[in-house]
Amino acid sequence: MSEILVLVDHSDGTVKKVTLELLTLARGLGQPAAVVIGSGVDTQPLAEYGAETIYVADDGDLSNYVVGPKVDVLAQLVEEKSPAAVLIASSAEGKEVAGRLAVRLNSGVITDAVAVAEDLSATQSVFGGAVIVTSKVSTGTPIITVRPNSSPAEAAPAAGTVVPVAVTLTDTAKAAKITNRVVAQSGGRPELTEAAVVVSGGRGVGGEDGFGVIESLADSLGAAVGASRAATDAGWYPHQYQVGQTGKTVAPQLYIANGISGAIQHRAGMQTSKTIVVVNKDPEAPIFELADFGVVGDLFTVVPQLTEEIQKRKG
Amino acid sequence: MKIAVCVKQVPDTWAEKKLTDADRTLDRESADGVMNELDEYAVEEALLLTEASGGEVVAVSMGPDKAEETVRKALQMGADSGIHIVDDSLHGSDAIATSLVLSKVLADKGFDLIIFGSESTDARMSVVPAMVAERLGVPQMTFANKVEVAGETLKIQRQTEYGYDEVESSTPAVVSVVEKINEPRYPSFKGIMAAKKKPIETVTVADAGVDAGQVGLAAAWSQVDQFSERPPKAAGVKIEDDGSGGVKIAEYLSEQKFI
Ligand SMILES: Cc1cc2nc3c(=O)[nH]c(=O)nc-3n(C[C@H](O)[C@H](O)[C@H](O)COP(=O)(O)OP(=O)(O)OC[C@H]3O[C@@H](n4cnc5c(N)ncnc54)[C@H](O)[C@@H]3O)c2cc1C
Ligand SMILES: Nc1ncnc2c1ncn2[C@@H]1O[C@H](COP(=O)(O)O)[C@@H](O)[C@H]1O
Repeated sequence: MSEILVLVDHSDGTVKKVTLELLTLARGLGQPAAVVIGSGVDTQPLAEYGAETIYVADDGDLSNYVVGPKVDVLAQLVEEKSPAAVLIASSAEGKEVAGRLAVRLNSGVITDAVAVAEDLSATQSVFGGAVIVTSKVSTGTPIITVRPNSSPAEAAPAAGTVVPVAVTLTDTAKAAKITNRVVAQSGGRPELTEAAVVVSGGRGVGGEDGFGVIESLADSLGAAVGASRAATDAGWYPHQYQVGQTGKTVAPQLYIANGISGAIQHRAGMQTSKTIVVVNKDPEAPIFELADFGVVGDLFTVVPQLTEEIQKRKG
Repeated sequence: MKIAVCVKQVPDTWAEKKLTDADRTLDRESADGVMNELDEYAVEEALLLTEASGGEVVAVSMGPDKAEETVRKALQMGADSGIHIVDDSLHGSDAIATSLVLSKVLADKGFDLIIFGSESTDARMSVVPAMVAERLGVPQMTFANKVEVAGETLKIQRQTEYGYDEVESSTPAVVSVVEKINEPRYPSFKGIMAAKKKPIETVTVADAGVDAGQVGLAAAWSQVDQFSERPPKAAGVKIEDDGSGGVKIAEYLSEQKFI
């Protein structure tokens, strides 16, 4: 059986949930092989979720450049191992890696898949979820980026044999050097794109302080906090929490939009959430079109009451 | 400094987008075309950079006849000249082919920077800038929310999942900008008048040195097999808050097993 290479997405040495989802998906397509780029990554979850082989490229220099080193490592592995496909998480950077790798290898690429079938055809949900498209790569090694939360992560322990990979970086890979990394605080909540529940606030939250009620609701549900661009632009909440066209795309089980009107650019980032709850005082707000359950009312009374009720029910 | 800025014409964001039944490509005829709104930030950044330290801005677009409107819009904003890549064989091109054509046209013209928007609102792939960097073998300085050029050194702040990275490279380089970077200007009356006289060069696939067999729908390295419109979502429940709205949501969430 051919290998399916899965590029491991990690932060601070911890493998992200999306990688475990991709390994689970890969098991249905071939033999999962994880590719770890960077040092100090805990590889144990990779074996637990089905990686037969774990290729590790941990030369310290690899993380000092934008995207290029990841393309070099994957290109080298594809040439050596001839896998049936390469799966990458559909983050902004994941898509860049996929795009460059496709050009390098003369292969077709599909981004933002929500499912991949046994024949390696990929399903995408386009135009804000209104249209479902199935496509297939017809040239080279299929390179597919898959959205977080598209399919479950299920453990299935495998050998997880670690194979070190030596790489010589190309000059182009070293062309854009990272001189400093600035990490915004996460506040101990789940990562936005990975969270099962997202509670978002928009202009209706009224200010930085107003996000207190949003955070309390999020914490009562173990949720991540999101924000509309109106809220991030105003500086009420940091930009990396922006949901939408130019923020993150989320597809949680539950999305609660508070004081958000539902502009098309916001919808582009949350429309495929499984269940959508809306609190907005304007009954005409377009976001209600997406709501499974909507309350026309003031978020400053509805949201704290909801938080209290959740706490009560949880005992 | 000589800057190229890549602008794409896309269906108006607010228009309903459809795929054609004939060949499963985006139906570009049924919607009004506008400049991809994220590319307006790219044009603005190019103008700010050349206004600060001199130079010229060339707007480049690949697209059907009417995509010339988008090149013209960049000229109205203040770009000096335009290149419109138009050829029947381009219909249905994927990102691989688009990046091939753009990089052939952009190579060897002495551009210090090639600036892109961060994403096209129709394709939503966000890959063309990275692909062009790969093809030209120049630094990939993408997702910038700040750009500084000093001599041949380029510094950007690259927006990341967790915050931002400070990144440095030499020029020439490929840059893509995010919407936080600036506030795009509206064309002024003077700008609109001046744009009428600015040159737009029309380039075919053959002019670009690309074989027509490498572009277009038939050459795409991935194919759309099927598409279907998702049935519209069943209308949800909408209630007026009567003082118990929060409790009602909690009841709903508990029915749905979220609590
Ligand atoms: C290039 C570009 C990219 C963009 N990218 C994004 C993006 O990634 N993400 C994004 O979100 N937007 C994006 N936008 C912006 C988008 O067009 C909207 O402007 C934005 O989403 C509006 O945010 P909002 O809904 O919070 O604010 P508004 O549209 O002002 O809506 C506020 C809502 O809050 C309600 N409200 C007010 N007070 C209360 C209260 N006390 N209780 C309950 N409800 C209340 C109001 O009724 C209103 O519906 C982008 C725009 C452009 C041009
Ligand atoms: N046909 C095109 N002509 C000119 N520029 C383009 C074209 N397609 C994409 N681009 C540029 O590439 C960026 C990213 O597009 P995409 O990868 O399609 O999301 C856009 O914001 C444009 O700057």
